[in-house]
Amino acid sequence: MTVVVLKTLFILFVVLGAFLPLITWIERKQSALMQDRVGANRADILGITVLGLLHPAADVLKLLAKEDVVPKGASRALHLLAPALSLVPAITVLAVLPFGSTYRFGDFELSLVVADIDWGILFVFAMGALSTYGAIVAGWASNNNWSLLGSMRASSQMISYAVTMGLAAVGLFMVYGSLQLPEMAAYQDDTFRVLGFVERFGWVPALPAWLDWVRLPAWGVFLQPVGFVLFLTCILAENKRPPFDAPEGESELVAGYHLEYSGMRFGLFYTAEFLEVPVIGMLVTTLFLGGWSIPYLSQEAFIGGVAPVLGVGFATGLCLLVHVAAFFAKTLAMVWLLMALRWTLPRFRYDQVMDLCWKTILPLSLLNIAVTAVVLLWLEAP
Amino acid sequence: MIPIAHVIALSAVLFAIGALGVLVRRNLVVMLMSIELMLNAANLAFIGFARHHGDETGHVFVLMVIVVAAAEVAVGLGILIALFRNRASVDVEDASLLKW
Amino acid sequence: MSLWLFYAFGAVAVIGALGMVLNVRNAVASALCLVATMVALGGVHVLLEAYFVGALQVLVYAGAIVVLFVFVVMLLNLRRDGFPPARARLGRVTAAAVVGAALAGLVGLALTLPETAVPGATAALPEGFGGYRRVGAALFTDYLLAFEATSLLLLSAMVGAVVLAKRRGGDA
Repeated sequence: MTVVVLKTLFILFVVLGAFLPLITWIERKQSALMQDRVGANRADILGITVLGLLHPAADVLKLLAKEDVVPKGASRALHLLAPALSLVPAITVLAVLPFGSTYRFGDFELSLVVADIDWGILFVFAMGALSTYGAIVAGWASNNNWSLLGSMRASSQMISYAVTMGLAAVGLFMVYGSLQLPEMAAYQDDTFRVLGFVERFGWVPALPAWLDWVRLPAWGVFLQPVGFVLFLTCILAENKRPPFDAPEGESELVAGYHLEYSGMRFGLFYTAEFLEVPVIGMLVTTLFLGGWSIPYLSQEAFIGGVAPVLGVGFATGLCLLVHVAAFFAKTLAMVWLLMALRWTLPRFRYDQVMDLCWKTILPLSLLNIAVTAVVLLWLEAP
Repeated sequence: MIPIAHVIALSAVLFAIGALGVLVRRNLVVMLMSIELMLNAANLAFIGFARHHGDETGHVFVLMVIVVAAAEVAVGLGILIALFRNRASVDVEDASLLKW
Repeated sequence: MSLWLFYAFGAVAVIGALGMVLNVRNAVASALCLVATMVALGGVHVLLEAYFVGALQVLVYAGAIVVLFVFVVMLLNLRRDGFPPARARLGRVTAAAVVGAALAGLVGLALTLPETAVPGATAALPEGFGGYRRVGAALFTDYLLAFEATSLLLLSAMVGAVVLAKRRGGDA
């Protein structure tokens, strides 16, 4: 029980306490870099600005001090409820994401995931589906036509992309043979021979021995490249990230569904959006980028290699630290990718978003499932 | 261990509330939602008995019910939109031409 | 522990259901109450060891079906919901009374029956009961025909919904 509480506190502290402020800072600095300006650097305490790192704190203070307005004619209870509805699912997803492997210290086994449930990825999808309501309720409760249009766009976009997001990941589940996120991450702590499949054709008697060294990490991105691109596109659209942010397109809908929000209530929407960035990063890392694994160095190899020098206990501890660091480093790389995409690609028009979902991604992901199934059967046939 | 009688009682209560919704509400949207609630109550009974007998057939049936519910909602809401186009209302009493 | 969780989820489900039926001002609030019921029922499913079905319950019902309802309410902009008590009829009151009486009878019957009245209780569940592996295996072996039939049902429903909701002949 205490272990679960400690893990929960760790993940909340790291993600909410460290990642979120860092991400708002990265967003500002990167956009400044890409637009050839200096970026946020003015917030200071006694003249010390620390590269603009104090801006997140200044943001919170400012938002807390602002007046909280509920527009006339709005349904008050729903208006109050909506920001929480959009924030809670994003936090809940953190419970099932493994940020490290399972480690054995003597009799004590430590698994670095808060809730190791058998159907973890379904839980993630279910929470993603529930996050739709935040946008819907905000738009409906605001009694504003821009907001209503924004939340209609949000709801149709989110249910459409939830379908294709699931289908894009099915090929991956077939490869891993599991829906359990820690199991998926552990599967990727391995390598595979790039040309190993040639032996299945039968006309090559045996591959030369040196080809055994041509290996790639068994990461989802190498095993399911098409699935990776489709899944990344879908999860961006599902979370209304740019370039799929038509629901809040400020050039046409002013600010979409959170137009009528002010003060810290707007801040909660803002927090939810910025929290979704590391959550997307962690999910994609776990599914496709090997999770906590270090490429070409499996957990047994690491502990086995270090144990003679440091002893098994310290070797395991060191392995744990390196794995957690690897997981968060990969997540940060994904966050950087999302930010770069945001400031590079212009926004899709709304009908283009829906066309992309139903006319391109859906057929491609179905094709991906079929091809994966045939290849898996062929590889596993006796 | 949850007693099967309590599961069935919860299922009965939810089914009755759903039936009540269909009987007393005239808004077609809420009536369709009440039908969904009744289907859910039936699902709960399936799940309860599946747990009781240790047999997953109930789970398979629930999956079928979910599919039927999805199909029913799609068609039902299609009818509702068509009705709204013709009558500018989703009140069932405004669609009583076939009644005598 | 699980019994108390069951009561808590059950209470949320019943309150949500009542809120949906009795909320007469706002169709979106009704839909949100229904979502609360669906999510609570997903919790009950998990407590009854139907893990896969519980996840699908939240994913499909709360995540897709109710969103569809809300989408239609927003599309038609049904701000005002007509529920004038003045037009309430004797028939409705009678219906409510009959439903209530039947409900009281059913619940009383269910709660007074001894546990042994329902035969076939198994003490030990098989390993992995209610997980996606076992349910999937049952779905794709014993119930394959029914599974394929549902795909036909979905296809026909999809075509039907498009035909019904589509505007005809350019009347804008």
